[in-house]
Amino acid sequence: MTPSQTIAAPPPDKIKVKVDGREVEVPRTVPDPITGKPIPTTMIQACAAANVDVPHYCYHPKLPVAGNCRMCLVEFGTPALGPDRRLVMNPDGTPKMAKSPRPAIACATPISPGMEIYTSTPAVKQMREGVLEFLLINHPLDCPICDEAGECKLQEYSVEYGKAESRFIEPKVHKPKAVDLGPRIVLDDERCILCTRCIRFTRDIAGDDALGIVNRGSYSTLTAYPGRQFDNNYTLNTVDICPVGALTSKDFRFQMRVWFLKETRSICTSCATGCNITVGSREGRIYRYEPRENDAVNACWMCDYGRLNYKWIHREDRLTQVQSPKSRVQGRPATWAGALAEISELLARAPQGSVAIIASARQTNEELYLLKKLADKLGAATDSIPRSGEGDRLLLNADRNPNAQGARLTGICSADMGGRIAEMARAIEKGAVRTLVVFGEDVVKHGLGAGLLGKLETLIVSDILPNETTKLAHYLLPGCAHVEKRGTFTNAKGRVQKFMKAIEPRGDARPEWEFLHELVSRVTGQQGDANLEGLFNRMAKEVPAFNGLAWAGLGNTGVTVSL
Amino acid sequence: MIVKRKKLNLWERLYLPAMIGGFKVTLRHFFKKKVTLQYPEEKWVVPEGYRGAPYLVRDQDGNTKCVSCQLCEFVCPPKAIRIMPPGPAGPVADRPNAEKIPLEFEINMLRCIFCGFCQEVCPEEAIFLMSDYSLTGRSRQEMIYDKEKLLALGGEHAGIQKWKKKAEEAGAQESFPVKI
Ligand code: SF4
Ligand code: SF4
Ligand code: SF4
Ligand code: SF4
Ligand code: FES
Repeated sequence: MTPSQTIAAPPPDKIKVKVDGREVEVPRTVPDPITGKPIPTTMIQACAAANVDVPHYCYHPKLPVAGNCRMCLVEFGTPALGPDRRLVMNPDGTPKMAKSPRPAIACATPISPGMEIYTSTPAVKQMREGVLEFLLINHPLDCPICDEAGECKLQEYSVEYGKAESRFIEPKVHKPKAVDLGPRIVLDDERCILCTRCIRFTRDIAGDDALGIVNRGSYSTLTAYPGRQFDNNYTLNTVDICPVGALTSKDFRFQMRVWFLKETRSICTSCATGCNITVGSREGRIYRYEPRENDAVNACWMCDYGRLNYKWIHREDRLTQVQSPKSRVQGRPATWAGALAEISELLARAPQGSVAIIASARQTNEELYLLKKLADKLGAATDSIPRSGEGDRLLLNADRNPNAQGARLTGICSADMGGRIAEMARAIEKGAVRTLVVFGEDVVKHGLGAGLLGKLETLIVSDILPNETTKLAHYLLPGCAHVEKRGTFTNAKGRVQKFMKAIEPRGDARPEWEFLHELVSRVTGQQGDANLEGLFNRMAKEVPAFNGLAWAGLGNTGVTVSL
Repeated sequence: MIVKRKKLNLWERLYLPAMIGGFKVTLRHFFKKKVTLQYPEEKWVVPEGYRGAPYLVRDQDGNTKCVSCQLCEFVCPPKAIRIMPPGPAGPVADRPNAEKIPLEFEINMLRCIFCGFCQEVCPEEAIFLMSDYSLTGRSRQEMIYDKEKLLALGGEHAGIQKWKKKAEEAGAQESFPVKI
């Protein structure tokens, strides 16, 4: 084997490099995070492929490279070439390395075939210590009052590479503190390490060139464009990517220290995009939503609208009691067992076609599947309520139902969601439909007015918050917010994604799929699955669109089904 | 293991000699100098460095030192400490620049084991284990000390006023090259 063959061996689109002595094969190019055009793979990406952590501040895999923080400096070598342009070999037959006299920033240096990257040499350690010392010269060390503490890269790297004492005796430069940058963001300029991640995000991803750095040297100060607010629907992502506590969320400001938060994998329910999120909760209270990386859906981002749409979960007026006609007379809440027994008896006795079901596209696939099963047994018409708003080019979908596709795929509604409501209204008017089952929608507002609902013999409603429809209900079944249960949603593009339970339901409320399972078993007489995994797997077998899926196979980022 | 019971001899079985022996010891101590404290009329003088109940302190300007960083809540082994952070709308710190102050701070003295971790971890020198060792109350609720009570019991603790120093330093600094 000739030396030149050793290098030419891997396929042309792959490059072999060594990171700290471990060989990895990485693609020669990667797509540019903004344009998608192929750009050379960098050392930091090769290190990531080799599972070697390179400390960094300004590099972010989803942003253009800036290379300004210098934290990612590494040493490297390339195969030495002789005067004949051939590889020089060691006596043991391996190519001789020409170690670069200067280090390089791993985030911006392309790799080349045969390159060796050294991330744990004494020199690299010294460079990291040096960079960190500079970053801390004017840093206020506000950790006790800084919301980032606990998830701060400056803290983390200070533990690894910092000094206990500063050699800098001059007074620190003081910059503006608690700057009101926009309606949702507070900026502490003293803490900013000038990595420009926020600037690049808002310019290149959000498309709103609102931030910049003014002044020079130690006076460099991040600011919004003079006279302008930093206000677009994606501002809070800058809080996530800010490696320090310079940008903080007004909503989360001084609410809870991050180390107390329990993290639960979940999905945002505010539109049909279904951004993957992490729910931060402590002792039954939700403190924040943060985006969770999923390249098939939301990359690393989510919109502010969805992120802040969680407060209603803790509203005081949540429905927490089961109600039945009998319990209303007695003036005390009904029991689940009693109410479900009465409802199932009532539905089992109902003549074919005398029941109609309105489900919500905010319910999970499993719940919609169970409702559809119930509807098939009763010969009931079903539909759901569309919910739309303004979409944008990045993430926010005009369809504000998180599971509109799920409602279509399970057969709850047709492609034209809400198209059968008028027909249902006529059927109620005529007396053909005498029992209406409503899940999670205020139908009074959507074409089935209070007068019409008054004509019904039985109105069975399940909801989370009180509304006009729940007031009229004969049977009221308190349900759960999605953070209080498990389930799956199908997003606009057909990605089936699961979410986990973060907090306990309030009062007597129970996850809808749980009591729907009981109800369906009783009415149809078929034994279903009393656990969510089984229920999902059964649904995957019975609903053609979900064929081949399994709960365990969904993973953390979901599976796309064809629509 | 079976322990064999020793057979008592006649002298031992007589009972009275042992009684008299006991009375002799009592009598001897009756006339000796007393070593016990007449608690609770007489109170023990707590030595320096004793770790009693933890209380919150104020600085020399009468400001609350705690900034609600919740490190003590985190480190407390029996979870005796509960802090309610102020949130964005809560009270601002009574010192300039410190930005933050707890909305509520509770120590459940029934849980506290006087370990001193809270004092050790506090970055603000705001909580100290003081000399109180005997805390009583008529209900469990009464034994949960709130912020006001802890501050009142803790008193003043003069020390470095780092937030004040920072504010002064910032004030003394020449203004920025370009004002924003
Ligand atoms: S940015 Fe990090 S190091 Fe700086 S004050 Fe906040 S937590 Fe501490
Ligand atoms: S505010 Fe944060 S993200 Fe923006 S430049 Fe400063 S440190 Fe970087
Ligand atoms: S002394 Fe120990 S047990 Fe008591 S409050 Fe402090 S940390 Fe908790
Ligand atoms: S550690 Fe100190 S400053 Fe932090 S919350 Fe406890 S008492 Fe307050
Ligand atoms: S991460 Fe490479 S220079 Fe900042």
